[in-house]
Amino acid sequence: MAEHSTPKLAVWKFASCDGCQLSLLDCEDELLAVAGAVEIAHFLEASSAVVEGPYDVSLVEGSVTTPQDAERIQEVRRVSRHLVAIGACATAGGIQALRNFTAVDELASVVYAHPEYLSTLETCTPISAHVPVDFELRGCPVDRGQLLEVLSAFLRKRKPDIRTHSVCLECKRRGNVCVMVAHGTGCLGPVTQAGCSAICPSFERGCYGCFGPMETPNTASLSAALHAGGMDGGTVMRLFRTFNATAPAFEAASRAEEKGAGRL
Amino acid sequence: MAPSAPTDYHPVVLDRPGLQSLIDALVTDGRRVIGPTVRDGAVVYDEITQIGELPGGWGDDQGPGRYRLRRRDDDLLFGYAVGPDSWKRFLFPPVSTTWRAEVSREGVEVAPPAEVPRYAFLGVRACELAAIAVQDRVLVQTNYPDRDYAARREQALFIAVNCSSPATTCFCPSMGTGPRVGSGHDLALTEIPDPAGSRFLVEIGSERGAAIAARLATREAAPADREAAAAVWSGAAAAVSRALQADGLKDVLVHNLEHPRWDTVASRCLACANCTMVCPTCFCADFREAASLSPDHAEQHRTWATCFSVDHSQLHGGSMRWTTRSRYRQWMTHKLATWHDQFGTSGCVGCGRCIAWCPVGIDITEEAATIRATDGLTRLPAGATP
Ligand code: SF4
Ligand code: SF4
Ligand code: SF4
Ligand code: SF4
Repeated sequence: MAEHSTPKLAVWKFASCDGCQLSLLDCEDELLAVAGAVEIAHFLEASSAVVEGPYDVSLVEGSVTTPQDAERIQEVRRVSRHLVAIGACATAGGIQALRNFTAVDELASVVYAHPEYLSTLETCTPISAHVPVDFELRGCPVDRGQLLEVLSAFLRKRKPDIRTHSVCLECKRRGNVCVMVAHGTGCLGPVTQAGCSAICPSFERGCYGCFGPMETPNTASLSAALHAGGMDGGTVMRLFRTFNATAPAFEAASRAEEKGAGRL
Repeated sequence: MAPSAPTDYHPVVLDRPGLQSLIDALVTDGRRVIGPTVRDGAVVYDEITQIGELPGGWGDDQGPGRYRLRRRDDDLLFGYAVGPDSWKRFLFPPVSTTWRAEVSREGVEVAPPAEVPRYAFLGVRACELAAIAVQDRVLVQTNYPDRDYAARREQALFIAVNCSSPATTCFCPSMGTGPRVGSGHDLALTEIPDPAGSRFLVEIGSERGAAIAARLATREAAPADREAAAAVWSGAAAAVSRALQADGLKDVLVHNLEHPRWDTVASRCLACANCTMVCPTCFCADFREAASLSPDHAEQHRTWATCFSVDHSQLHGGSMRWTTRSRYRQWMTHKLATWHDQFGTSGCVGCGRCIAWCPVGIDITEEAATIRATDGLTRLPAGATP
């Protein structure tokens, strides 16, 4: 690749914990290759030097929760050729979107001594609710291997090879014993998108759904199976209401439990 | 495979220390012995070197969507029915590298294929030998053999163990594949219960098997040993409770592609693909180039894939099977119907894994029986997308 065409990469933060950006820093050896292949032009977590836009690829972490952020994301979109939303916050609102299930004023008055100083939006929303997004990379946090895949795909101008099927495929390939079938542990793996290499079932825990809904999530059937396994409605509701609570399929599943439905 | 018929050899008897000597002999020959062992609440297949690693005294309770280990009231080493693993994990691994290449000034250099491990499989069941024969048809007896599978298969030694304790999910007699081992083995063991420690009737299935048996301290089988082994065989056959009426099933299924039962099962099916992952005959795999930021290195991986994913039927313009209904139907009709046209055999050997390991307990035998019982029903209203 000729020097003058070294692509510029920017990393932006919205309401988030920085975990996804740290996944990029955690790529150690590969990051050297990234640094060789791209000019890291805006990445405050890694360096305080900032290079002017426009940028070839912008990685955006976090959700939009304030009026200021709602404006800033428009600016980020304007200076980015490709905008990739990374992580549960940027793709589905993240854990802070739990506030969407209740009145934000009430929450603020309980949490803050002077809620009048707050300027916050009524709901917490993913990046795609504000601007067009070129790719959404799931996970809380994102998987470093998948992040490198998406980066190299955008740098090479090809489609990222990110699979949208269930976690169960990865779980079985890895040789895990299914916690749902063999232990009776509730697991969201069958309705959750792969990408994490089935970390939780590998430690005999049920999947928490942090990669969000898979391509064709049948949450009603899984909820029925969880009930049959002895889980009550509140537990099933909370299972769907964590990192991707406002991803449409998971939100519908948790709301169905709220109304006491979903009990076949 | 050695051509000699098993009848050329007389069965012999091996005691428990003799079974350890068998494992030792295989290890001495440079083989990796893979056998059953208990891990995370199930009997799985893994490398073993000691009979103490076998699931001594463990059995299992299985049903649709349910598997639990259970203590037996004896200490049989092989008193379990098949668990989530099959030998596919070793002959056709979940992820393998098909090739790798380096680019340099001199050009592209493709690395030679990695050497395959020399396995000895201990505890192979009759249905599993049948499943391997099915995979042989798909992956070896074709114009485009899978080199890696063929090499692993050729090297491997098969020490079968006849089932004594089928699960409620098993239906091998319906598929003509078990529970008694008939062919494909180098040695076939039958574990004979004995309060003083079980012993094994050893039937020899090949010259390789005979050569190994000759190195062990065995004795000629006495009539009492044969009778005791026969009791194990008939007891196992009698213990199988599930059935699938296989005759004419292909016609029934292909004539009922618009049956409403496909909608019913689709409302339960998670499209999670556990059934295809645990099925010992499912062979679908993706071949994909692995991600690398370095422009000098390329490699391709073969990974277990499934007809339950939307992109399995991706063609130009989109997926052919967008609905779970069409994907479940693909899975079941492939196993039980169209496999016959493609490979001259059923794609199902009756192991029951897909029933036990389906998180919502969908039962292929029940689905097939329901469609047969209501042959000719078509869904109403017509015109919904397939
Ligand atoms: S443990 Fe969870 S993710 Fe793994 S196969 Fe079972 S249901 Fe799927
Ligand atoms: S379809 Fe089910 S019962 Fe038949 S071989 Fe596959 S896993 Fe076993
Ligand atoms: S049933 Fe599906 S996964 Fe299995 S071999 Fe057929 S198409 Fe492949
Ligand atoms: S039949 Fe069961 S195991 Fe197979 S895809 Fe459907 S829910 Fe998953």
